[in-house]
Amino acid sequence: MKLVFEIARGDFTAAGKASSGIKKVLKQLLVDPKTIKRIVVAVYEAEVNVVAHSVGGTLTANISGNEITVVVQDYGPGISDIEQAMKVGFSTASRKVREMGFGAGMGLPNIKKNTDELTIQSQPGKGTMLVFSISI
Amino acid sequence: MQTVEKYHAIKVDIDKCMGCTHCMKACPTEAIRVARGVANINANRCVDCGNCLRVCPVDAFYVEEDSLEQLSKYKYKVLLFPAVFIGQFPESYSESSIYEAVLSLGFTHVLEVEQPIHLLIEIIKEQVLQAKNKPLISSFCPAIVRLIQSKYPSLVDNIIRMKAPHDLGAYYAIDLLSKEGIGREEIGIFYASPCSAKMAAVERPLGEEVSVVDGLINMYELYNKVRKVIKKAKKRDSVALRKGLRRDGIVWSLPRGEACHFKGRSMAVDGIHNVVKILERMENNEVPELDFLELRSCDQGCAGGILLTGNRFLTVERLQKRSKRYLIAESSDDHCFNCPAIKEKLKSGPIQPGYVYALDTNRKLALEKLQKVDRILCQLPGIDCGACGAPNCHALAEDMVQGKAKITDCVFLQNRYLNEEKIDLAKATRNLENTWGTNRFDADCNRKGGRNEGF
Repeated sequence: MKLVFEIARGDFTAAGKASSGIKKVLKQLLVDPKTIKRIVVAVYEAEVNVVAHSVGGTLTANISGNEITVVVQDYGPGISDIEQAMKVGFSTASRKVREMGFGAGMGLPNIKKNTDELTIQSQPGKGTMLVFSISI
Repeated sequence: MQTVEKYHAIKVDIDKCMGCTHCMKACPTEAIRVARGVANINANRCVDCGNCLRVCPVDAFYVEEDSLEQLSKYKYKVLLFPAVFIGQFPESYSESSIYEAVLSLGFTHVLEVEQPIHLLIEIIKEQVLQAKNKPLISSFCPAIVRLIQSKYPSLVDNIIRMKAPHDLGAYYAIDLLSKEGIGREEIGIFYASPCSAKMAAVERPLGEEVSVVDGLINMYELYNKVRKVIKKAKKRDSVALRKGLRRDGIVWSLPRGEACHFKGRSMAVDGIHNVVKILERMENNEVPELDFLELRSCDQGCAGGILLTGNRFLTVERLQKRSKRYLIAESSDDHCFNCPAIKEKLKSGPIQPGYVYALDTNRKLALEKLQKVDRILCQLPGIDCGACGAPNCHALAEDMVQGKAKITDCVFLQNRYLNEEKIDLAKATRNLENTWGTNRFDADCNRKGGRNEGF
């Protein structure tokens, strides 16, 4: 089962579409509510990251009988120091984004906390690919 | 998975139902389908919110009530009604005249349910203080509790473990009468309900075993009975029956009636479609750290209850005005004989999640069904017209994978199959009649509905 969501840059009101869509499917698959919550939080954070920091991208969820794998691919600008980006409280968010209540430096750490596996590949100037999975 | 079929209070009168899409479209849980020309309610999905009853152009939905003849079974006949009952009367009728009229229908005692309200305030405050899962969600509205149980199972532990005001009123009544030496078996407790959800909660309580209420009365019917006798009823002093009533109790069922009691952060949401939006956000962790969340299925809370007759805003206004004549609830209010015992009885057990939206209990099969739904959706036109008997294309696709519908139920696809000569006209007509009944498409100048009556 594959679900694909386009995420537009700067559209904060649309963040949450992918997490809600994935949530509906997981409920129909009778996935444990606590697991659903972890997945929804991770997906939502990833969505906000693409909206707030990138020029836009795609979120793809692959659901199998025992696992969900989410691939978040954006088209730039990329993360120059991934280790730093993973630190709680570190953020490159603009003042405008912070004023909207985002950019607390919790995004990637929160994704890490809620997933079983997480890999980040990034090429500055080109884009970032985030892959995480959670067993269901 | 739920195996026992759930009770629900709303029924369809198949003689009145003419088969249209109003109820199906208004249902927030997609519980209604039309087959053979009449609406069918899926008991597992129905939360008894009553939106179908509101929008039906031919009044085909009804709720069952107990007959007043049952009163004769008891020596002491107690009528409990929520304060909103008073609010729907024109102001020319004083509250004592309403009490007199209700008593004249054959009751020995009449009590408003929201007393002694300080017990509910205390229980909620205690549970909010100890809460592990925040925000705590009010258990006041049974339609909301059922909605959370079936659609938002991850939030069931946030629901306050407390019974409803009608239980409070019932225990209070039993307590008051016991003070006069009257035994429980001599007392019949009748509850006039403002909505179908509360009726269902009495018939099949959630988180409690058997309801303390003995009989149910439809408030709509009660209002009409009272209006008939209100001028003729003889004067009786009913002030004593209201001595436990407080300002907070009178407005308890109105928006912010519960939420206003909490010093921490609280929020009140009314209208089931608004509630759905907030619960979706809560599941996504997109709601701030609240302590208490009051959710009501009807706009303007119980003042908008589906069995009320008046305009909800006028009802709210009258109740607010009325409440100002009453004292504010204090923890020292001690009208009950044994307040701690009543308080203990008001605590209820946990709510079990329902999982009624799962496509299959077997994960592999559920996944296959989901993929099938996706493939079917590619074929369907996405018009969401409801002519297939399901509320939208997605619902039809889900019904199909569950073996409850077929692709030719879609009138547009069926038309295409006719053009492509894949099916014949006789079969296509039969398909339409299976959904909408025979003779449904004959000309009928007296047919109700379809006339823009809302404007």
